[in-house]
Amino acid sequence: MVSHEAKHTISVLVENEFGVLTRVAGLFSGRGFNIESLSVAPTLDDSISRMTIVTSGDDRILEQITKQLNKLIDTIKVIDFTDSEYVERELALIKVQATEDTRAEILRIVDIFRGNVVDVTARSYTMEITGAPSKIQAVVDLLKPIGIQELVRSGPVVLGRGAKGGLSDKG
Amino acid sequence: MKRTGSQILLESLLLEGVDTVFGYPGGTVINIYNDLPDYPIKHILTRHEQAAVHAADGYARASGKVGVAIATSGPGATNTVTGIATAYMDSIPMVVITGQVPTPLIGNDAFQEADIVGMTRSITKHNYLVKDVKDLARIIKQAFYIARTGRPGPVLIDLPKDVQIASTKFVYPDSVELRGYKPTYSGNVRQVEKAAKMILAARRPVLYVGGGATASDAGKNLIEFAELIQAPVVTTLMGMAAFPTGHPLSLGMLGMHGTYYANMAVTNSDLLIAIGARFDDRVTGRIAAFAPKAKIIHIDIDPTSIKKNVRVDLPIVGELRDVIEKIGNKLRENEEQVEAFPELTAPWRSQVAAWRAQYPMSYKSSDSVIKPQYVIEKIRELTDESAIIATEVGQHQMWTAQFFNFSNPRTFLTSGGLGTMGFGLPAALGAQVACPDRQVIDISGDGSFQMNSQELATLVQFKLPVKIAILNNNFLGMVRQWQELFFDHRYSQTPLELPIDFVKLAEAYGATGLRASRPDEVEGVIRKALETPGPVLMEFKIDREENVMPMVPAGAAIDEMVLAS
Repeated sequence: MVSHEAKHTISVLVENEFGVLTRVAGLFSGRGFNIESLSVAPTLDDSISRMTIVTSGDDRILEQITKQLNKLIDTIKVIDFTDSEYVERELALIKVQATEDTRAEILRIVDIFRGNVVDVTARSYTMEITGAPSKIQAVVDLLKPIGIQELVRSGPVVLGRGAKGGLSDKG
Repeated sequence: MKRTGSQILLESLLLEGVDTVFGYPGGTVINIYNDLPDYPIKHILTRHEQAAVHAADGYARASGKVGVAIATSGPGATNTVTGIATAYMDSIPMVVITGQVPTPLIGNDAFQEADIVGMTRSITKHNYLVKDVKDLARIIKQAFYIARTGRPGPVLIDLPKDVQIASTKFVYPDSVELRGYKPTYSGNVRQVEKAAKMILAARRPVLYVGGGATASDAGKNLIEFAELIQAPVVTTLMGMAAFPTGHPLSLGMLGMHGTYYANMAVTNSDLLIAIGARFDDRVTGRIAAFAPKAKIIHIDIDPTSIKKNVRVDLPIVGELRDVIEKIGNKLRENEEQVEAFPELTAPWRSQVAAWRAQYPMSYKSSDSVIKPQYVIEKIRELTDESAIIATEVGQHQMWTAQFFNFSNPRTFLTSGGLGTMGFGLPAALGAQVACPDRQVIDISGDGSFQMNSQELATLVQFKLPVKIAILNNNFLGMVRQWQELFFDHRYSQTPLELPIDFVKLAEAYGATGLRASRPDEVEGVIRKALETPGPVLMEFKIDREENVMPMVPAGAAIDEMVLAS
């Protein structure tokens, strides 16, 4: 069995209670597992939160991560999306320096990537971009030479493709 | 009718069948202690909160029931941490209740405030901070349910003082609703079928039994199963008493201080069936060389235990009794094959017997100096099979595991996972409370004993006739042994220079103290101790530099044993 490090996106439905985030974060840190990104918010049923965690490791580590997450009393369901079809979106807010010379170019890039300008000043544009993390990265790479002042990324969120609710909020 | 939080707590304990709690009062639990005399719950006042938790742990290990401990906030709560971690590592069912500062003060660095929920998150199966008295009954119900089901473990409830005072209508829930907690009890039928096939195909099978066998009271099923397939049985420290050491199929303990024949059997087996064991590093030695020729079947109620340390060919998640019984039934479906099977593995058993004959467990006896192994053999000889033995951690613990020959489950109480010195005395105390009519003995070292020796007071106060055997070598013996063997005899900080008069110490607390300094005094001292009512401390001045052998050096394979020093 050849096992290699790979990136995994995991969705976890948890009880929407205080301390749950610490339990999950503590599980990762206490066992030396990586968290690349993590996003949490309540689901349709507000007694449940959905976490999307991007992590990496070989098969053995991923199996442990999934099992350990399941072992938490507050965890209702865990799905590793890696080997299935899913849609993935991340939101980035990017504040870029804008001068006479660069304003048009910035707007062109925003347009090409179907982003929106959400704040304008005499010296800056703030834009929102959504898409797969690779698309966000492409925008960042293009804007970097122009001058990014501040950047915030939400970390990806994912849903399985198709009609079936693979990770139904009903548990 | 309305009840205060502290009344709800105590009534809920009664409804959970709790008749004994171990604890220590303080400012944030004073309301609970004020109500306690109104309820038929016995409270054992230990002399340290750590001891209260170990006592609840010993109570649980000996009885199989959930142990309960109470401590106040801040230092009371932090003192419980070692006890909770000990119980967590050994999967002991326990509920620990800590007081907390009033909710409006939480986070303000109030007097005797500590974030005990945060601190114990990684050493409890689950924990709770109760913020509303209306949640209290439900939380207690859940806590007991979580503690005793699935893979058992400690659960902590942090109860702020104002929640204890607040009142609400008391309704104890009939059932537990936990959508995120549903242990798998029933072994998968397909996996069971595969296991039966693998067993019949094996020629050198070994059963590797861990603490799960004790937790699930699977002792009888195990004996039946081992006899059906006539497979040799090795146990971990935690699995020790679950399978009788005197059974012809038993090879005793495996691992770092295991028997030669247990380790050889595992290393040469072609099928290792792990039953409620977790492949701890003290068991496996160098992992790459562990059971290299074997296919591994791993039966455990906790999926996270499986494939954590070793590759597993066939995992079966489930309750041990259920899975073992199912495999047995599956095997019996094919009567001819299962009857013929022991014949096929007879050469394997002869090989194992040859290893046993080659290096049996032994030690050099002496007429001039007391050998610790001799003391343990004598204690075994002079007590009956129902005696409960607790130990501390170190050389005496390993000698007890090697030489006591346990026959019955729940008679060997020892801190296996965390290795907590100071565990034995309070654990013995708790076991004696659980089993008042049985002989309870704490086998101790002079180092470990001093970590909770204050519990002599508790023994005397509650008239608990625990007998204590201190194997005194004036050393922190296990570390000294490592220093001797691997650090060129550099005994850094392991000689306990101050010779303590343990007899006088016992007497200071009002207990009886006895001492043996020569081998011919050993039997007399043990007899006298067993005949004397109340707690008795026996001090045995043992051979100072006796080592625990055999020994697998750290990082070596388990068949690369040092057999004698």
